[in-house]
Amino acid sequence: MVEKLATINVAKIREDFPILQRQVNGKPLVYFDNAATSQKPKQVIEALDKYYREYNANIHRGIHKLAEEATLAHEEAREKVAKFINAGRTEEIVFTRNATEALNLVAFAWGRANIKQGDKIVLTIMEHHSNIVPWQQLAKEKGATVEFIKIDDEGLLRQDEIHELIDERTKIVCVAHASNVLGTVNPVKEITRTAHRFGSLTLIDAAQSVPHMPVDARDMDCDFLAFSGHKMLGPTGIGVLYGKSKHLDSMPPFLCGGEMIKEVHTTGATWKELPYKFEAGTPNVEGAIGLGVSIDYLRKIGMKNVHDHEREITGYALRRMGEIEGTTVYGPKDVGKRVGVISFNLGDIHAHDLASIMDEEGIAIRSGHHCAQPLMEFLQIPAASRASFYIYNTNQEVNVFIDALEKARKLFNP
Amino acid sequence: MSSEIYRDIILDYYRHPRNAGEMPNADVRAKDSNPLCGDIIEMQLRIKDGRIDDVRFQGKGCAISQASASMLTEVAKGKSLDDVKAMGKSDVLSLLGIDPGPTRIKCALLGLKVLKLAVYGFLGQAITEEVKQLV
Repeated sequence: MVEKLATINVAKIREDFPILQRQVNGKPLVYFDNAATSQKPKQVIEALDKYYREYNANIHRGIHKLAEEATLAHEEAREKVAKFINAGRTEEIVFTRNATEALNLVAFAWGRANIKQGDKIVLTIMEHHSNIVPWQQLAKEKGATVEFIKIDDEGLLRQDEIHELIDERTKIVCVAHASNVLGTVNPVKEITRTAHRFGSLTLIDAAQSVPHMPVDARDMDCDFLAFSGHKMLGPTGIGVLYGKSKHLDSMPPFLCGGEMIKEVHTTGATWKELPYKFEAGTPNVEGAIGLGVSIDYLRKIGMKNVHDHEREITGYALRRMGEIEGTTVYGPKDVGKRVGVISFNLGDIHAHDLASIMDEEGIAIRSGHHCAQPLMEFLQIPAASRASFYIYNTNQEVNVFIDALEKARKLFNP
Repeated sequence: MSSEIYRDIILDYYRHPRNAGEMPNADVRAKDSNPLCGDIIEMQLRIKDGRIDDVRFQGKGCAISQASASMLTEVAKGKSLDDVKAMGKSDVLSLLGIDPGPTRIKCALLGLKVLKLAVYGFLGQAITEEVKQLV
């Protein structure tokens, strides 16, 4: 029933995901909403359970055994994250709630200390709202400007605009590694090189890349990189900010309170060393541990294999969708230039109607503006549907999806 | 080729909306949108002796929102303003003949909200919490 691809054993992987056994509206679940959040393997679910059953404690300051075990597990997870994205040092990994909070951390802590009137912040038109709005707010406060690199007909960033917009006034360039709408993988290494030539930093929103392909922060040479745990088989409520320690060291704190201070007096306070300076309050211990286990899981499969598998499915889906009359796919047609996120419209069927018809067939897709309204405006569409894949998806599930698309087309255009 | 939500009648109203278009001499008009789907509905009413003499709607959006707005215009015609004020969710659901479920119910209720906004607007009355919470 499930075909075995050359790179990974999908049938075996599927056995690890209890939710994939579920029926939806009497049909087997086809989960194609992975760009929103991924499903969780039993290894991750069991690790959360084990934490609460066996060693739940508040971390760092406790002297007792449970606190020691919990602290160790939490910090071990940080080391796993650091290795996974090839950070130079473990303390360059700051745990946050999600990618959004990580991006906001940079805008608030680094941005408020470094952006001045007349400075330029460069974004791209395909950014998620979480990598736009914090910068717009900062620019308004400081009298800085925000400019957007636009895309060409294929959905790739325009090279001429990259070189035109990044200049000596630019202080930071904030770019999605992979677009959550177009699937486009952006040339972040080249953009970083260009930005550095002008003394600008780069912040990479890697929420859609780290779960799906090998990501090497040091090779990329970016200054900051953000991603979420829940999109990569981990639990919700845990995210990561990677930052070069020279930047993190010189930045003021973001949130203040317990865990992040060294000393507090009535006259003021001093901060802990990295990364704790940026982790105020009791952290999401279970989340960090769960993320560590999801990283173990992905490393065992190998990120290259994950990437190859998704390319195979994406290529197949793009081919099959091309056979359906009236389908418009946004983003690159070449699977070498994208991740497994396919946004599309079918004739003039509203994206929400399409998602409802899919739901009746047990297929979970997303529809709407995907938190990327500037991109929707640029593409001149009110909304789009989106199918996005992960390691447990199969070409056979794509067939079910294609049949449902065909059904929707016939229903609306008999 | 059956679909629970997209019954033939809903698709029929979506493809061939009744009472759609611009009303040149409307006494009152109201417009609102559903931010989730981006559905937009505008209702225009002509009112005579405390009753809806004529009604037109125009809009853009998903099939559920447009079909339910169109169906509403048909039942609203001839109704007293008080009757429209008394209409609720169950009236819309019985017109559609289905419960579209919690994620799509706002699409179905947008037309009713706008119709009520127009009536309250005509009467110069404050919008009630009940109306605000429809969508």
